[in-house]
Amino acid sequence: MDALDGNAIGGLLHDVFGAEMTNATGVCAHCGTHGLLAECVVYIGGPGAVVRCRNCSGVLMVLVTVREVTCVDLMGLAGLS
Amino acid sequence: MARAALRRRLTWRTGTVIATGAETPRTRTIELDVPDWEGHRAGQHVDVRLTAEDGYRAERAYSIASAPGEPVAITVERLDDGEVSPYLVDELREGDELELRGPIGGYFVWGPEDGGPLLLVAGGSGVVPLRAMLRHRHRTGSEIPARLLYSSRSLDDVIYRAELDACEVVYTLTRERPPAWTGYARRVDVDLLREVAWPAEENPLAFVCGPTSFVEAAAAGLVELGYPPARVKTERFGATGGQ
Repeated sequence: MDALDGNAIGGLLHDVFGAEMTNATGVCAHCGTHGLLAECVVYIGGPGAVVRCRNCSGVLMVLVTVREVTCVDLMGLAGLS
Repeated sequence: MARAALRRRLTWRTGTVIATGAETPRTRTIELDVPDWEGHRAGQHVDVRLTAEDGYRAERAYSIASAPGEPVAITVERLDDGEVSPYLVDELREGDELELRGPIGGYFVWGPEDGGPLLLVAGGSGVVPLRAMLRHRHRTGSEIPARLLYSSRSLDDVIYRAELDACEVVYTLTRERPPAWTGYARRVDVDLLREVAWPAEENPLAFVCGPTSFVEAAAAGLVELGYPPARVKTERFGATGGQ
């Protein structure tokens, strides 16, 4: 599976957060790196989307959609702005 | 107003195909009429959703190929083992409906107010959002210098060739060359970029779009040449990621 980037889940993020998010900055809870969501490493094609830090590969977010309901795990994010 | 626009919910809606046209043997441009389309920015994409009779759904992201102010158009490359692209390229006809949501994205976008000089680096169908930027630049009469470096397997695989030939474009053909081809014939790396890219001193703005490995190599090359990472915008796609 190719590693993509946050652009690929721009629609999903917009749907979940109710706003354009690819230009938002996330702070990695593992290494403290600030990065645009568009530039994060994203894997899709499994049961959901996994968003990883481009610096340390730590998991920032996991988004899983089942029957139109999306579960969002943001435990790897120390901040989002 | 801007805030209200930003907070707009992203909903699935139905567009109607108003025209389709082959770009290459493997790619087709599909122009859509989307009621109440609020307009898009050059570089944005839409998500397209297909629903099978049994309810199974497949969703892909496709870059918008048209400039702001033009009807929404996507250019789709046919992937032989794809779930979505064979239908869009082979089956979809004028008058058919297509479910989509968008416009999506606020990072990989360009307008004349963002300045330049503009360096666009495309791998294969990664040229689609960059074509929207070039059209936007042309339609707004912008005099910001723009140069496209386009890596393609062969000349026959070049999308929008007639249109791009009127722009400042440098092709590199990685698999097959016509006889007497005098242009580049190698992969995009730092050495090729050194010859083609605007010097970093001119404070260029770069957009790189293509398959993941292509984008990584090109973006790393530009940073090595002194481009600040924040001036190198990237968008990656893969076989399942659409585009």
